Amino acid sequence: MAVETLGEGLPERQVVHWRPIVDEQRLNRTAALWTATTTAHVVPFIGAGALLFAVQPLALPVTLASFAHAWVIPELYAHRGANVVKPKRSKAPAGAERVSVGLLGDLVGHEARDLHARTGLVLERGDLGVWLVGPAGALLVRPGGRRVHCYCVRVNDPDLPSGDRIAHLLLALRSDERGFATVANLAFSGARWRVRRRLDASLRPALDAAARSARALDRRAIA
Amino acid sequence: MSRLIRMDHTGHTTLAEWTADDPQAVEAAVRAFRDELDQGYFGMVSTGEGQAEQVRELPLDAELVIMRLPISGG
Repeated sequence: MAVETLGEGLPERQVVHWRPIVDEQRLNRTAALWTATTTAHVVPFIGAGALLFAVQPLALPVTLASFAHAWVIPELYAHRGANVVKPKRSKAPAGAERVSVGLLGDLVGHEARDLHARTGLVLERGDLGVWLVGPAGALLVRPGGRRVHCYCVRVNDPDLPSGDRIAHLLLALRSDERGFATVANLAFSGARWRVRRRLDASLRPALDAAARSARALDRRAIA
Repeated sequence: MSRLIRMDHTGHTTLAEWTADDPQAVEAAVRAFRDELDQGYFGMVSTGEGQAEQVRELPLDAELVIMRLPISGG
């Protein structure tokens, strides 16, 4: 196809020109930073609780409260991450929704179409991992399927039907995956199981499918 | 028959349809494409499975050209 294309990537990158481009190295660094931050939140609370109990067993309630903090803080972060794909009621008329989903269906394969019908998320394999794209956010399941990066990203018109909002993101992602991850705002990076617990039950099959696909990516990389 | 569509509040709107051997339809499609660019839309074409590219000129041999709005971090 003779197409004159723009070689410089996603034009929206200009709006966030100060951000370094997201690539494998940056994703790994981000993951390490989130793990370190989580550890820094959890370890002091567990340590303080255990020490307090050792010194004064009657302080058990305080110890338990400390352990609860160690559990709740990472859960709150994961909740924020899961919220990027939380289903929201569309403001668009039902007819427009149907038309938009029809167009989206034309852009993806049968498997992704079926998954979208069940979960509202579109699965897209990329170079950085497996993406789950929703109307106002995307999850990136890294190769191996153990870690998920959660991104807030959306088209600048909330009144569009949900299929169109996903299609906007999908086309941007397909044209420049690294630029897409750069433009998007990272809400959370952490263990898949942690995100899965906070997802709506209707969305969990999509994350499971993405994890299976990401494990296959990992095997291909090893082979 | 090639199509130029815009994703909008109706789901999508067909802005132009053309075949390469119909100069009037091509001219109308090119004009419609440029009008959309002027309104801040980006032209996208699929270039294979899981791949798309942004175009600044209407690719006359593309089956489907989709106009999309900018995206941003939420």
